[in-house]
Amino acid sequence: MKVLTLNFLTCAVRACKSSSDSFPLHPKDAELASDDVEVNPQLLVNLLPRLDWKALRTTSAELGFPQLPEQPPTIEELQADEKTLKDLHSLLMETNLMEGKLVCGHCGHEYAVREGIPNFLLPSHLV
Amino acid sequence: MASTHTPSALPSSSAADAVAKLSAAAAAAEAEAEDYERTHVHGVYEAIAPHFSATRYKPWPFVGEFLRSRPLGAVGLDVGCGNGKYLGVNPSVFMLGSDRSASLVALANSRGKKLQEEHVQQSKLKAEQGETDTGAGTGGEAIGGAAVATEVLVADSLSLPFRDHCADFVICIAVIHHMSTRTRRQEAIRHLLRCVKTGEAGQSGGEVLVYVWALEQGNSRRGWEEGGEQDLLVPWVLKSQQQKQPKQPKQRKGEKSSQDQGTGGRVAAATATGNSKSGEEPPTETTAAAAAASGDQGHTDPVFRRYYHLYRKGELEEDVVAAGGKVITSGYERDNWWVVAAAANDDEPSSSSPSRPT
Repeated sequence: MKVLTLNFLTCAVRACKSSSDSFPLHPKDAELASDDVEVNPQLLVNLLPRLDWKALRTTSAELGFPQLPEQPPTIEELQADEKTLKDLHSLLMETNLMEGKLVCGHCGHEYAVREGIPNFLLPSHLV
Repeated sequence: MASTHTPSALPSSSAADAVAKLSAAAAAAEAEAEDYERTHVHGVYEAIAPHFSATRYKPWPFVGEFLRSRPLGAVGLDVGCGNGKYLGVNPSVFMLGSDRSASLVALANSRGKKLQEEHVQQSKLKAEQGETDTGAGTGGEAIGGAAVATEVLVADSLSLPFRDHCADFVICIAVIHHMSTRTRRQEAIRHLLRCVKTGEAGQSGGEVLVYVWALEQGNSRRGWEEGGEQDLLVPWVLKSQQQKQPKQPKQRKGEKSSQDQGTGGRVAAATATGNSKSGEEPPTETTAAAAAASGDQGHTDPVFRRYYHLYRKGELEEDVVAAGGKVITSGYERDNWWVVAAAANDDEPSSSSPSRPT
């Protein structure tokens, strides 16, 4: 699963939805792989306002990437600065979490990721 | 609801007890419904995944239209994505698919990877030939030319892991009719509505497209029609020996594709229930295992029976409203009812119905 995807995921436990601690989920024992994905600048520019930037900063730091700036780049900056664009593309689109766990910061539940696919099915006591 | 006060044998402090009992009963009913669906839906899909997937290659026309009309960079969810046949339809949106069946999700994943690899190769080829590719919304063949970004995960549609209001749109195709009580069907729609953006400044929020199987299938060989039983176990015959390629769509546009939502063989459907009137209790009858053994005349293609609730006209719209949504457009396509819904804005009357291709 892509880092991009992680920005849209929270804990599946109902009681956690209202807690800000449940987002973003925290990768644990993460094995990363890099994909070759064609850069699509306009797609990235359009995706940017749909991201939770603060959560992306957290994820990026937790995965050991260089610290992202506090504010997201503006569209103009992104269009003018190829390096920022490339870096963001590489982080969001090309970086894949292949194995490991995603941990909810509220309830502590761990969701397994295997072969790049996270599994959010809950044990019956958490449904 | 609990009776308010009864001069009964209940001890005085028993209001709380009664409520607890009631919610325990509700929890038990819910557990029963889950259990039922585990056997009659999830278990079946796990068992038939590859065969099922091989017969699911062609998007519903309206679903394709809906997807292709989404703007570049939109974020979409496909809840109950199955083998992922919709994930690559519009390569300029970011699609995130979820399904309860890990087997189907695995199939969707490899499908997405393949599309992505093909795309990378194609664009390399194009680059070599010096062609330019704007990449914006030109794809859209039946299966989709290029999966820019499609992702899949395993999740239950009643416990979705998507953060609230994160998506521009959601599709949920042929999923909700597998839930065995009306409460659960409405709850499922409520979850979908929560995933899409809320409307701002008088604008409608994100759109949710839902498809369910219709009771009214007058033109279908299944012979279901108005007034008939709505809760059924529909057989899926698992063709064991033939691992052949799916029939490529020989049918021309406009012809009926019974294949796409087909029953995989025989069409005799068993009534799922004797108690469906309340609509709140899961049907009871044959187990999948018993059904699996019931292949006829000694011929042993196993038969799996999936639970379906067939929607009657108007019922889907009712469920959307009950789930706190509003209907933007709705219609009927080839044995299915569909609706485009959005979260109901308290104040704004729904004036802006975006015009929609049929």
